[in-house]
Amino acid sequence: MAHRVDARGLSCPQPVVMTKKALETIELGTKPRPSAGAEVSDAPPTSEAIEVLVDNRTAMENVSRFARHSGCDVTIETGGDDDCYIVRICKKGRR
Amino acid sequence: MDQRRVVLIAGAVVGALSVVLAVAGNPANMGICVACFIRDIAGGLGLHRAEAVQYLRPEVPGFVIGSMLAALVAGEFRARGGSSPVIRFVLGFFVMIGALVFLGCPLRMVLRLAGGDLNAACGILGFTAGIWVGALLLRRGFTLGRSARMGVGNALALPTLSLFLLVLVIVAPTFVFASSTGPGSARAPILWALVAGLVVGALAQRSRLCLAGGIRDLILIRDPHLFSGFAAIFVVALVLNVISGRFKLGFVGQPVAHTDWLWNFLSMAAVGLGAALLGGCPLRQCILAGEGDADAAMTFLGMLIGGAFAHNWGIASSPAGPTANGKVATVVAIVVMAIIGYMGVEASVKPNQQRTAGEA
Repeated sequence: MAHRVDARGLSCPQPVVMTKKALETIELGTKPRPSAGAEVSDAPPTSEAIEVLVDNRTAMENVSRFARHSGCDVTIETGGDDDCYIVRICKKGRR
Repeated sequence: MDQRRVVLIAGAVVGALSVVLAVAGNPANMGICVACFIRDIAGGLGLHRAEAVQYLRPEVPGFVIGSMLAALVAGEFRARGGSSPVIRFVLGFFVMIGALVFLGCPLRMVLRLAGGDLNAACGILGFTAGIWVGALLLRRGFTLGRSARMGVGNALALPTLSLFLLVLVIVAPTFVFASSTGPGSARAPILWALVAGLVVGALAQRSRLCLAGGIRDLILIRDPHLFSGFAAIFVVALVLNVISGRFKLGFVGQPVAHTDWLWNFLSMAAVGLGAALLGGCPLRQCILAGEGDADAAMTFLGMLIGGAFAHNWGIASSPAGPTANGKVATVVAIVVMAIIGYMGVEASVKPNQQRTAGEA
């Protein structure tokens, strides 16, 4: 289960800022999602990966550079019809 | 090639070409100044009648067309727009006001420092302060909204205008103005200026070089990538200035500069804040416009009109110092940008939440 950040149509630095916020609020890992009582849990929400959708190469480069500097693994998919890149950010060593 | 190397090479070439253009005839410490050159173009078109600063500088159309060619080759040319065009026009207008009270865009600020002009250090402090405020707003969610794909005509408008400007400067019809004295009369040969503009445009497109972005990324995400280009411009221009005997350290008597530290600081703070909200410095706006970004083209038009008003209304500074009108305009610029910043943060809260919720 991946958390999605839609940064399409946004130009830098906004996609990077959104990625940064996602990395700060979501714990990357494979722990099962706290399903019941998630609202009252103090633990940060976890997600296997964060997928950032961007639609220009500059944003794709910036988001992946930022994620790598933050110590994550990055894979990039070029997907969809309208020049969309999906930057998939995972915990280091786990793809 | 590795992006880090590309940005360093681009910075080094921009620094070198800036000194070369100054040696070839452009004003001192002004081998390249995006704001001053757009102002000169406004004068060349007769949008203002300040006789000393009128000339259709070929460098600026060169940036736009060079960027367009590089983007076409790389498959990055995309017609897009619709992200608050009018607000971008206003921001471009006031960025220009700030730059002309300081006497230089962020690029010339670095070139001035590389020429030994210490007044530019006040400018850099102000520029950094402005970007810092802009970065705070960005962190709180400031946005001008999403852009969308558009018809290709939107992408071609500014490159076409650029081509037209080149035709005008070459043909030189009588209705076009060209200074016979002052900075507007100091010019490198057309071909040199054009080639340098094309090279800078192409390299800046490939490297995403941005003076405001360099400082912004350092503040926002501690990433020195773009700042390394900034540093490369400074180091190369500094070395070449020293070698060619053009380096003169001090505050007083610097070419096309004034010594009022407070207004050097405040005017560049306005430029920094505006550039942070726009997502790039004046050079970067030219490059984005060349890549097909119609919003950046609107920013360019805002800068062009801002340059005209700066001289029509006695806002632009002279080496004697800032004018009373210039001081008022700088304060107005900062207030207007602060309001735009506040509104952009407010506007960001609802639509983005709705969108992510709707698509999750």
